[in-house]
Amino acid sequence: MPQFCYRYDGSFSGFLCCVFESYVNREPPTAFALLEDGPTLWEEREVAADENHAKRVYAALGRVSPAFRAFISRGFLTCLPEREVALYDLIRRGLREGDRVLQDLSDPTVARVNLALTKMWTEWDHLKGFIRFSDLDGVLVGEIEPKNRVLPLLAPHFAARFSREKLLLYDRTHREAIFYVNHKWAIVPLEDFQMGAAGAEERSFRALWRKYYKTIAIEGRTNPKCQSTHLPKRYRHVMTEFMEDEAPALGEKGKGEAAIGPVPLPSRFS
Amino acid sequence: MDMMEKLTILADAAKYDAACTSSGVVRGGRPGTIGTATNSGCCHTFSADGRCVSLLKVLYTNHCCYDCAYCVNRRSNDVPRAAFTPRELCELTIQFYRRNYIEGLFLSSAVLKSPDFTTERMIETLRLLRTEYQFNGYIHAKAIPGADPELTYQLGLVADRLSVNIELPSESSLRLLCPDKHKADIFRPMAQIRDGNERSRAELKLYRHAPRFAPAGQSTQMIVGATPESDQHILTLTQGLYRKYHLKRVFYSAYMPVSDNKLLPAPAGFRPPLLREHRLYQADWLLRFYGFTAEEILDRDHPNFDASLDPKSDWALRHPEFFPVEVNRADYEAILRVPGIGVRGAQRIVTARRCGPLTFEGLKRLGIVMKRAQYFITCSGRMLPGLRCSQESVYRRLTGLEQAELPGESWQQLSLFDGAVG
Repeated sequence: MPQFCYRYDGSFSGFLCCVFESYVNREPPTAFALLEDGPTLWEEREVAADENHAKRVYAALGRVSPAFRAFISRGFLTCLPEREVALYDLIRRGLREGDRVLQDLSDPTVARVNLALTKMWTEWDHLKGFIRFSDLDGVLVGEIEPKNRVLPLLAPHFAARFSREKLLLYDRTHREAIFYVNHKWAIVPLEDFQMGAAGAEERSFRALWRKYYKTIAIEGRTNPKCQSTHLPKRYRHVMTEFMEDEAPALGEKGKGEAAIGPVPLPSRFS
Repeated sequence: MDMMEKLTILADAAKYDAACTSSGVVRGGRPGTIGTATNSGCCHTFSADGRCVSLLKVLYTNHCCYDCAYCVNRRSNDVPRAAFTPRELCELTIQFYRRNYIEGLFLSSAVLKSPDFTTERMIETLRLLRTEYQFNGYIHAKAIPGADPELTYQLGLVADRLSVNIELPSESSLRLLCPDKHKADIFRPMAQIRDGNERSRAELKLYRHAPRFAPAGQSTQMIVGATPESDQHILTLTQGLYRKYHLKRVFYSAYMPVSDNKLLPAPAGFRPPLLREHRLYQADWLLRFYGFTAEEILDRDHPNFDASLDPKSDWALRHPEFFPVEVNRADYEAILRVPGIGVRGAQRIVTARRCGPLTFEGLKRLGIVMKRAQYFITCSGRMLPGLRCSQESVYRRLTGLEQAELPGESWQQLSLFDGAVG
């Protein structure tokens, strides 16, 4: 029996279309590839995105149980290698056995996806706190470099929290950004993004924050190991408190322009 | 005095307060306001000492009329003094919050003129923040012992969590070190907050818009190591506080030498009891999430923690009759008592075993770490194949594991070539 590699556009609905195709053709795919990937060793099938097919599969997953559907759709956001194969496997079992397949935590596939999900939620939880925004002409702008595709999970959090603000959050890894204006958010692909230079007021708040951050630590208890356990170093290069004073923008770490004189305090304090 | 200087003085004076949690209340976003609150709270950064920074933790002022020996802000201490104005503090909170630096405000204060006067200033600030600045995020406020109950009530209406520090673990220590504070002054507001919170919860069930009084409950803090109380005394006190006053958290803070008062340990050569503090927190977790009681963890024969072993392993070694626990049959509470298995691990075991018997392989796949647990469990009646141990060797291995994880003396790799060069 020939083995097939399914090519699709990389979107979640594209993946659901692959599931649809595989049921139509009665063949479980051995591998998945993106349209732009190089050739593979297997016979290939290119799956065109069809909104209708995707909806039918999505509804079928929901019939297994809402929790099962959420498990699959969240699992698709993780950075698990070959996640499509694992998720496809779970979908087949879910459709056959019902959602109790998720309770079989010691099953290798379920455990693998579960671990990836746990890591993703941890990253999400970290980023909710570790993201730093800069006020650039009234728009809050931030950048992240996550392993998983956490933007769709972060968007509702920040939209609720900063409902009266305008927001832009750029994901460097997946090259997309959340835009939030007037109580509506959207995730838009964005190839390149450079953060603009900060104004005087923004720089002074950054300086205040850095000063606060330094002050709050108790000297007699310095514990870098504990600190890195809770705040892994990979987050730090976009965090205000770990950047040099006068760093002109979040995007240019380490370059550090010449100091532009003493930082003036925000006018509202003087 | 500029903002930078003020913030430095007032954050520096507040940093010995251990509490920096933003948990216990859920509030979605509301149009036109800024901020939300989530049940589990959110850490925004971790300072160089490894402590979570969740809230902007500052004093309203560090001008104090009290003279507590252990405190940096005591009136006899010669330090720079400052005070915020309500508007300054609101502006700073909002601007930090917008940039996602913080989850909210932790407002404490030294006692300026009198407890009532201080509480009034704090209420004024927090009201401004909630109404004019439309701040919907988390607020933790310190109730000042000795303030009028009506003022404490007003404070609880604008804050999410209140806390009253009991400072020292016994009345005699308190009398010795804080001549201006009394035990009754501390426990009275605690009882008031507990009752107010319960009443407000009951009212909210009847009327949706009933005022919310300290919806995230209350916490407290005590200093460990400045006075001679035993660990057992502290833990029993903690258990009493959880049971009697329904506290959400009790914080312990290892005494940092900030004073050369004769009644306190001399600053020279004093090392803060960080390990003891760590053990107290471990035991505290056992009380709150693992169904232990203080009497089980420490008793008259063991009034203090074993420095080389965590309290859960210590209990397990003292109770060999309880083990091994059969993971496929034992109930949740019994699995929770196994060293090395936590709340999440126990829940996973209980879920996973519905689908079939668990093996040691399967446990590893669930994410159970076997380092400690292997000595205390069986899978379908069998210990881990190949495991040989006696009670002494388990003690040795567990303390060995603990040694490697504790901070303190760092180990150095011996080198064959030391001294050869030169």
